Amino acid sequence: MKFKPKATFSPYLLWIVLFVIAPIGLIFYYSLLDLNGDFTLANYRNFFTPAYLTMTLTSFWYAFLITFFTLLIAYPTAYFLTKTKHKHLWLMLVIIPSWINLLLKTYAFIGIFGLYGPVNAMIEVFGFDPTQILFTDFSFVFVAVYIFIPFMIIPIFNALDKMNPSLIYAARDLGASAFTTFRRVIFPLTIEGVKSGIQVTFIPALSLFMITRLIAGNKVITLGTAIEQQFLVAQNWGMGSTIAVFLILIMFASMRLTRKKKRGGRA
Amino acid sequence: MRSNLTTTAKVYLAIVFVILYAPIFYLIFYSFNSGGTMSSFESFTLEHYKAVFNDNRLLVILINTTIVALLSALIATMIGTLGAIGIVSMSNKKMRRTLLSLNNILIVSPDVVIGASFLILFTMVGIQLGFTSVLISHIAFSIPIVVLMVLPKLFEMNTNLIDAALDLGANRRDVLTRVILPYIKPGIFAGFFMALTYSLDDFAVTFFVTGNGFSTLSVEIYSMARAGISLTVNAISGLVFVVTVGIVVMYYLITKRTRKSGEV
Amino acid sequence: MKSLIHATLAIVVTCGVLWFAASKLEASGAAGGEGVLTVYNWGEYIDPALIDQFEEETGITVIYETFDSNEAMLTKIKQGGSAYDIAVPSEYAIETMIEEDLLIEIDHSKIPNLKNIDPYFLDLPFDPKNRYSIPYFWGTVGIVYNPNDIPEHITFDSWDDLWDPALKNKVFLVDGAREVIGMGLNSLGYSLNSRDDNELREAVEKLKGLNGNVKAIIGDEITPLMINNEATVSLTFSGQAADMMWENEELDFAVPSEGSNLWFDNMVIPKTAQNVEGAHLFINFMLDAEVAAQNTDYVGYSIPNKAAWELLDEEVINDERFYPPEEMRGNLEVYENLGLELLGTYNEYFLEFKMSLN
Repeated sequence: MKFKPKATFSPYLLWIVLFVIAPIGLIFYYSLLDLNGDFTLANYRNFFTPAYLTMTLTSFWYAFLITFFTLLIAYPTAYFLTKTKHKHLWLMLVIIPSWINLLLKTYAFIGIFGLYGPVNAMIEVFGFDPTQILFTDFSFVFVAVYIFIPFMIIPIFNALDKMNPSLIYAARDLGASAFTTFRRVIFPLTIEGVKSGIQVTFIPALSLFMITRLIAGNKVITLGTAIEQQFLVAQNWGMGSTIAVFLILIMFASMRLTRKKKRGGRA
Repeated sequence: MRSNLTTTAKVYLAIVFVILYAPIFYLIFYSFNSGGTMSSFESFTLEHYKAVFNDNRLLVILINTTIVALLSALIATMIGTLGAIGIVSMSNKKMRRTLLSLNNILIVSPDVVIGASFLILFTMVGIQLGFTSVLISHIAFSIPIVVLMVLPKLFEMNTNLIDAALDLGANRRDVLTRVILPYIKPGIFAGFFMALTYSLDDFAVTFFVTGNGFSTLSVEIYSMARAGISLTVNAISGLVFVVTVGIVVMYYLITKRTRKSGEV
Repeated sequence: MKSLIHATLAIVVTCGVLWFAASKLEASGAAGGEGVLTVYNWGEYIDPALIDQFEEETGITVIYETFDSNEAMLTKIKQGGSAYDIAVPSEYAIETMIEEDLLIEIDHSKIPNLKNIDPYFLDLPFDPKNRYSIPYFWGTVGIVYNPNDIPEHITFDSWDDLWDPALKNKVFLVDGAREVIGMGLNSLGYSLNSRDDNELREAVEKLKGLNGNVKAIIGDEITPLMINNEATVSLTFSGQAADMMWENEELDFAVPSEGSNLWFDNMVIPKTAQNVEGAHLFINFMLDAEVAAQNTDYVGYSIPNKAAWELLDEEVINDERFYPPEEMRGNLEVYENLGLELLGTYNEYFLEFKMSLN
């Protein structure tokens, strides 16, 4: 491209330097400090102890579950949305709930899932005893999925929306079943949308906090919770930064995995 | 496009929407509760709405939250859009990839880490904690999402368009304002709305970088949690909800009309 | 392009209008005159009517900001960039703040109401002679429970009752390493300031046995849950328990006999204060007998102000669960500042305990 915007690009580059590179530098620097501010590798050694490794694994497991269910629900939703009459209005309606503050919605969920909340009232109608749904794995995954659904729907919706509908007609004309059409035509063409959806779900799911306490009652510990605790409670910024460094590394790895395939002719 | 949804699809969408809106309607429902808690509904009242308009402090916080969200989204959209155009027009592929990776870091970093590192940064630079520090942080964490929203539109754009414009003697400014920006407009709006979402939703970063009495709604809600949320907050979410839905529907109707009348 | 410019203009104009509205609102709320005073306190830890009263009496405008943990407060004050005139940390945080030279010495000649404070709460080890801090509220850590929902033999006279199989899935704990590990240490008869790794290890192993009983480890969200009878047993602070019992009369509170924590929240003036004079006025105001009585009525925590005791209900002041007499305070311990390293160990053990729950 011959187009070279110089001056207009500089605020963005300045932002990269000030708010991305500088903070990462700081975090890396702090991860090498012990409580007295001396250089040490102890934090990294500490991270490779069973306690932290187990935590990393469980954190991954929950992030995987959350991403999986988010995708499972978001994909059909996005697909059906593209077929509605006022699809962009409907998409907006998907986004609006995320404008109501997350903490507020979390407190609402505490009420909804509560012993005397509407969900248990429904359970009772069907003749079962009310149970405490809060502070269980189920409630945690449910609320997390709830949070991420809009962020997963948007990129998939965009990918589906861009797709040329004649491809589907062609496939159907050639005798492909609905499922084959989906598997061979629709899904591969929207894989980029799915990938970016996973990206904006999986890593944030690893670093969820607040709802680990409010909804899961601290029975689920994610990497994010651990970082928060180290920074705010233990005041061990070194260890908190070390966990953050690993989170950043995991993020780079996942970005590499979900990287877009080469696009021809664009440089 | 004609609506061609099967009944199953309609039911599925209905369930998804019911769940998406359940907590919001739950909040709004209890905002009319005279009982004072979110557990048992006693009788209908508007007192919590009255309380919102009588509480100056709360109103100021509400306004502050809106100002920070709008301004940070606006500035982030400007910087982010120009940044995305810059990234796309880079000829060095490796540099481009590096920039993109750096761009994504803030999106996926835990809020606590962002908050803590920004706090260190602000104190090092000597920025007073308060409106400025909150606004700057919100701009900072909104920029990458704007870039991500604008990029696909830019990739999709035909380079010939730009080359043709340049060949026809257009200067860089013209190319930007007459060719690129109009084309990627949907991406810009999407980016703006996402930035707005991020700003309104943020708690952790603001919690770290605010100070000197400046507060946003999420920080205030969090500190109210101690005695259980007061239903005034429910009333606020009711108001916020009605206003946003109103604006979105209005925006939709307006853009639809202008689209119909042929002006882009 | 036109629509982009229009949208930008619309947003800028909206912000301008909002800004104007906000400044109008702020101006109408402020008394103006004698400057501002920024108070940094725990959430819901003061009767807002008292702030209005203070503003009226002195002409000072109060900006009230809240924090949710001593550590969060410490971080903010340490980093500078903020100008709090009053903060209300707990005793171990005060010790840290004195050590790190973050506080201004309080001029006792400007606090005549200091005579209202019961001498028991003055001149404590964390701040000898109260050079830097003046008592605000105090309390203990114990168990709030609903006697109707648990077997009669459980009275929480001993911490060991928490391990009773009858409490399966019923116990809530506070999200604090020192409280939970301290409870484990106390239940074994050790000091909750233990620096002995073997004792800590033993405490954690014992705590892990709570696995089936612990429903959740949460923070202040426990209050509405207890009030609505959604939770049965919870480790909590005495003041919070009083608050719950005010709303839900079925509840009871006990401090197990093996011992527990005794804590103090005091008012301090940080080094970054802009209005030191106003801060002294505020401290003196809060120590006034009537003000203190009204405040404890609202907040529910125990007040160290003996002049205020005379104004309070006999029932409140003679309630040994919340105002334990001196002889009962014998086996209560104040948190010592263990230093960051040992605090880190407590937190690691707490994390280990949390992870054993799932």
